[in-house]
This record gives sequence, C-alpha cells and structure tokens, in this order.
Amino acid sequence: MLPLLRYTLRRLLSAIPTLFLVVALAFILVHQAPGSPFSDERVLPEAVEDNLRARYHLDESLPEQFVRYVGGLLRGDFGPSYSYPDRSVGDLIAIGLPVSLKLGALALIVSVVLGIAAGIVAALQHNKPLDRLVTGFAMTGISVPVFVVAPVLVLLFAVHLDWLPTSWSGSSGLSRLVLPVIALALPEIASIARLTRANLIDVLGSDFVRTAKAQGLGTAAIVRHHALKPALLPVLSYMGPTIAAVLTGSVVVEEVFGIPGLGQFFVRGALNRDYTLVLGVVVLYAVLIVGLNLIVDLLYSLIDPRIRYR
Amino acid sequence: MIHSLGCLNRLNGLNGLNRRALLCLAAALLVAACSGKPDPDAGLSVLNRSLSADPESLDPQKARSTQAADVLRDIGEGLLAYDPAGALVAAGAERWSVSGDGLTYTFDLRKDARWSTGDPVTADDYVFGLRRLVDPASATFYASAVSAIVNAESIIAGEMPPESLGVRAVDAHTLEISLTEPTLYLLGLLTHPSTFPAHRERVEQHGEHYALPGNLPSNGAYLLERWEPGSVVEIRRNTEYWNDAGTAIDVVYHHVITQEAQELNRYRAGELHITSNVPPESFQQVREEYGGQLRVYPTLGIYYYGFNLSREPFADEPGLRQALSMAIDREVLVERITGRGEAPAYSWVPPGIYNYEPPQLSYAELTQEERNRIAQSLYREAGYGEENPLRFELRYNTSDTQRRIALAVQAMWRDVLGAEAELVNVEFQVLLEQMRAAEITEVFRSSWLGDYNDAYTFLGVLESGSPSNMPRYVNDEYDALLRNAASQVDADRRRLYLEEAERVLLADHALIPLYFYVSKHLVDPRIRGWGDNLLDYHYSRHLSFDTAH
Repeated sequence: MLPLLRYTLRRLLSAIPTLFLVVALAFILVHQAPGSPFSDERVLPEAVEDNLRARYHLDESLPEQFVRYVGGLLRGDFGPSYSYPDRSVGDLIAIGLPVSLKLGALALIVSVVLGIAAGIVAALQHNKPLDRLVTGFAMTGISVPVFVVAPVLVLLFAVHLDWLPTSWSGSSGLSRLVLPVIALALPEIASIARLTRANLIDVLGSDFVRTAKAQGLGTAAIVRHHALKPALLPVLSYMGPTIAAVLTGSVVVEEVFGIPGLGQFFVRGALNRDYTLVLGVVVLYAVLIVGLNLIVDLLYSLIDPRIRYR
Repeated sequence: MIHSLGCLNRLNGLNGLNRRALLCLAAALLVAACSGKPDPDAGLSVLNRSLSADPESLDPQKARSTQAADVLRDIGEGLLAYDPAGALVAAGAERWSVSGDGLTYTFDLRKDARWSTGDPVTADDYVFGLRRLVDPASATFYASAVSAIVNAESIIAGEMPPESLGVRAVDAHTLEISLTEPTLYLLGLLTHPSTFPAHRERVEQHGEHYALPGNLPSNGAYLLERWEPGSVVEIRRNTEYWNDAGTAIDVVYHHVITQEAQELNRYRAGELHITSNVPPESFQQVREEYGGQLRVYPTLGIYYYGFNLSREPFADEPGLRQALSMAIDREVLVERITGRGEAPAYSWVPPGIYNYEPPQLSYAELTQEERNRIAQSLYREAGYGEENPLRFELRYNTSDTQRRIALAVQAMWRDVLGAEAELVNVEFQVLLEQMRAAEITEVFRSSWLGDYNDAYTFLGVLESGSPSNMPRYVNDEYDALLRNAASQVDADRRRLYLEEAERVLLADHALIPLYFYVSKHLVDPRIRGWGDNLLDYHYSRHLSFDTAH
C-alpha cells in the first residue's frame, strides 16, 4: 500500500506545475485574441468603456492581471464574469457543473453498460450477423456528429411522436433528461463497444484462454473470470479523458436542448471574450483531466495485478 | 440486499392477484417519484415565449442586450411605456409637463405604484436608478444613453459625483429632469430599462447580487422567480403591481433558444407560444404551414455595407462609392438571398419612424438597368475600367447568411462594373476590432438597430465624434444640421433639420444601405393582445389567451 500512496503523492505534486502551465498558457492565449469583452456594433463611448475596464481591472498590465488572477484562484476565487455582470465565474460554475455532472454521469453509465455489453456480444459472435450489426452501429455512432443526432432525436421523439419534451426548460421531470443523455451517450457507446470488441477478440485468441478452454471451462466463465479484465484495460484508459469531456458538458447538446451546463458558458465566454469565464472552465477541465487520469492509473493496478507502482 | 430478497420471497408467497396489485403499487410509486413535485402551474395561465440569446443580466441598469430588455420590460416599469401598437403611453408617471425652453421635464408619478416588497415607488427611486446608471462605480453599458441630462457626461467621466446629476425628487411623487439641450426623444428613452427606478435598500443589501431571483424587487407586472442562465427565466404575476387587474397571464417562461431550428421544433411541439424568429431555410414552408400565425413586419434595423472613408480607395471618391452602391440589385438580395420579407433600403433611417419621412437615394426611382448604366460611367470617371479594375476587400463576419449576401454582391459588382471584391471572413469580434481600428478595412458589413422610435437613433451614429461611426464619416454640414436639430424645441422644425442631414449623408454615399430588417414571429392563434410594432416590443402584461379557442 505504501508504494501506491507514494506514487499518488508524487503524481499530485507533479500536477501542480502542469496546472500552472495550463493556466498561464490559457491566460496568455485568451488575452491575445482580438476583440474585447465589451465590444459590440454599438461601440461604447470611451468614458463608459474606461469605467468598465477599471471595474474589472482590465486597465492594469497583463502581468499584474495574471498575478491578481492566480492569487484569486489560490483562494478559490475564479473572478468576476464580464458577460454576466450579476454573477461571478464561481457562481456560473456552481450552476453549470451540477447540471453537466448529472447529465454526464447518466450518459457515462448508459454508455459503459451498453457499450461493454454490445462489445462482448459482438466479440463472442465474431463475424456473425450480430457482430456486423454492432460494428455497423458503432461505425455510424462514431461518424455521425452529435449536431446531427441531437436535432434528429428531437424531431423524431419530441415533435413527431410527442413522447418527450424538446428541451430542458420544457419540463421539470426526469423526461427532460432522456434525449440529452441519449445524444451524449450514443458516440460513447459506439466507441466503447468497438474497443471492447476488438480487445476481447484479441484476448480470446491468446494462449491462456486456449488453456482455459482445454481445461473444459465454458465460454461464459472464461469471459467473466479470465478474458474480460485484460480486455477492458484499454477501455479504462479511454475512459479518463472521456469522463472529463462528458462531465464538463457538450456545447452542442446543451445548445440544442437549452441546458444550463458548462459547455454553453464556455462557448459564450469564448465568443464574448469573457476571459475569466473561459479560464475558469479551462482550469476546471484541466483539474478533472489530471485527477481522472490519476484515478484511471490507480484502477489499473486493481484490474491488472501485473502492474505495480513505484 | 438481503432485506429486498426477503421481500421478493414474501411476494412469491402471495397469491397472483395480490402480487400483481403490489407490483402495480410499486410501479405507481416509482412513476410518481420520477415525475417529481406536483405541477406548480396547475390552473394558472402560462405563457411560453423565447429569447434568441441568454440575457446577460436582469439588473435594469447593468443589462445590455435586447434580450435582457425584453425580460426587463416585464419585471419593471419606467416613467413611460409602449402600448401593443407601439405608441408611447404613461406608465410609472401619470402625466408630465415640459418647460417652454424644452429643458425641464416634470413628471407626476402614480401614487398607487408599489414595489413587490410593498414599498411605494417614489421619485427618490427614479433618482437613485438614474444616478446608479451614470455612476462610474456601477460600470454600466447604457450610461451614455442619458447623456442629455445635466452633468451626466461629467459624472460618467468621473469628474463630478453622481449626486450632481440633473434629476431631482421635488416631493415623493414629483420628479424633475433637467437637460442640457431639448431632447425631443427623451420620453421614448424613458421607456428603456436602464432608466427604470431601483430599490435603494435592496441594492445596498445585495450589491452585485441585486438582480438575482429573490433579491430583485419588481415595480412591473411580473416578479423574477427563477433564472437559469442558458436555459430559462421564469417570472410570475406581481400582485403589488398598480395595474395587476389588467394582467391576464400568471406565469411567463422566457426560454433561451439560440438555435432557430430548435425554436421552430419547440413551437411545432406546442411547447412555445411565441418564437423570436423563424429560420431562413424553413421560412417558405412555415409561411405555407402556419399562414396567419406567422407575423412579419418592419422593425428598427438596417443591414449595410460600410466604406472605410479614412483611407484609399474610397476616401474622397463619392462617385466611385455611388457606382458600387448603384450596381447592387437590392430587390434580388431581399427576394432570393434573405427572402424573409426584408425591404430593400434606399435610405439610412428606416421607414415608419415617428414624425420622420426618410429622404431616398437619388437613384431610388430608376430601374436597375438605368442604375447600372450610370454606375458604369461613374466607375469609368473614377479611373477604373476593364484593364484597370478596382480591387478591394469586402470583410464580413463568418456566418452563412453574411457569406451568401457577400457572394451575391461580389457577383453584381463583377458583372456590372468589372470590379473585383475579395471576400474576407473573420470572426465577429475580430471584425468589430478591425472596423473600430479602421486601418485595414476597405468595405465591411455591419448593421444598426435603433434604440428608440426617433430618427436620431440612426442619424446620430454617423456624427463625426460618434464611437459607432464605423465608416469614419466626417462632414461638417451634416454635424451642424444635427446640432441644429438638437437645439430645436419644435418637433416639426427639428424634423426638417434631421431630414436635411440625411439628404447630405445619402448624397455623400458614405455607406451602402442594403436592406431593412423585419421582425418575424410565430404567434399561437390563441394569443390575444399581440400588436405588430416597429420597436418589436411585446409586453407580456398586454397578452392573454382566448379561452374560447
């Protein structure tokens, strides 16, 4: 257990410079973008714009602003949002994150369960009709973009069949979750099914499985006790960044269904040059990626006893 | 786990009927649990309308977007308001008088006006709101909207304290506004949310969070109940409103729908009573499918191509500018490219503005063939021809509509004149920056939306000192005419100056007016009280449902 703890601590320490670098780079890039948080076709009189700049300390030099920003971050303050004057970036994240987390978590559960199940079925039925069906679905799921899938789902299930609400604000019940979750999960189900299938086919052809078969074990027992774990390792590494991406919200799905999630804030922040809002979401995303990658690496040792941490 | 297994065993022991009954009960409980709380809107009159973008703030003084203003007109009230037809009517003020020199307005406030907190709305609340608007510390976008009020500009510039603003509470229900020049559009301005009163106690109590649900008091027909950014603003009847008896709809949901196609889907699914727009690709289909539910009417907006007048090749070349302007067949643009009922533009100020008749471009009465011939000779006179074509850049912000218009105009310029426009598309913020700098732009696409029903909301844009004067138009005669107009107390004399100013502007061909915007809404046939109006304002308190429908 001690090496595992030492490993975790080392990873956490090394995350600090990584995160700092992300913040610094994002800060520089976002301030380099042409335009200003206050520009519009209706150009503000100079005095009015000066007051706004002073209010948000944008009249200070970039290094000063950076020090101010990082200082705030260390105290857990993401700064004010320029595009939502009544709210801080922290407030916006507090609104968007729970919504994105809820949707993302549901979509993840659905995609892991269905993806792995479909992958196993396809691998066991290798080159048979069922396998082709799963592979065909997976190819479609990966190649059809979500900005096509989401409106089609709305048209079909909300407008024509009238089974579900078209949008988040159109209902307060659980029914409003169904279409967004499907739209979010479809591509992930497809990717996970493909990964599972390919790896399971690989593992099923290996020597230890042949030995197990020779000893008279049934297919179900072999898959359950011997083949599945090694076959899922690549799926696990795929999950790290996927979880971060799904949990921080999908812009397209949020826009189509009018969901108050993080993805919308991120895009609005970028388009309106709301520097702090963009940075806030980037920092959150970076923390999630670093954290989830660490968790995935730790889970490796649980699934595969050959992996040791030093 | 063990416990639930035990339950199952017990279930097995029951006879078939009871087991089925229990399962039914369990299923019913599950469904009840899933469907959540009972519907809070049961038995209420509920309106679902839409906003094409997220309102960034619901603080009357701090908000900037038209979407925020749409909500604010429901949850607050100024001295005046508009009726469904777009005519100015008394609101927070019962009556008003203007001094002979046009510089002092005195408003008698309604004595029965109350905040949702129960407090009376007083002249002090209006004074506080207006001071808050110009106070540099509140950093508001609309501060300069009231720059005609005495000392407003010095306060915005930080040279004088907000208390020096020319507004005064004569007594609890009398408000006096002093102006630096007769501002005949002042009454229209006083419908704008930035001039609404503010509740001092709540502002001091909540500071930055004044405009959040629970904190923001209302002096309007509705009270802010819930606001999920990016999703929905829920407002409910304010029973303290002085004219609550005139409000028919109890609950209004302003849904944020950024994608026009999704908005149409929601209307189709019956989840929306009023759309904010109609997608261009479905316009014809919608017109056939919905007939009278589709409302299309002129609004205060113009789409134009601007010349950068501060550099070659268009500085000091009015003839060349005229040639480019004349060679564009606007009828083709509005019929084949935009196709949603837009009107071709031959003036800078849109038609229909109160007490104003926009002069037309000199060639407005000619046929396109006649225009083309004149354009060709002007083009040659400017020194260009087949061997020596005019080459320049046309900049627009990346979007499908902008691109299609630019492609059509590029082809017209090439076919009629032989001029070579290179299309350059950049992100909106980048275009704004480039237009402002006026260094690399040559011809650019832009638009202007009026703030109030007066020609000055358009003409003032092109005054030489105006920050939104993107073409960098400078003409002393034009500026002088506008200054003269500003000093007039008589509306008809002022109108003559304004119209003359526009004549000067059009003769200079400082920009190319292309078309005037139209408002496009789908409106549920059960809705009563809707009025098509130039400002496209639709107060929820004017609307009701026809129950017989």
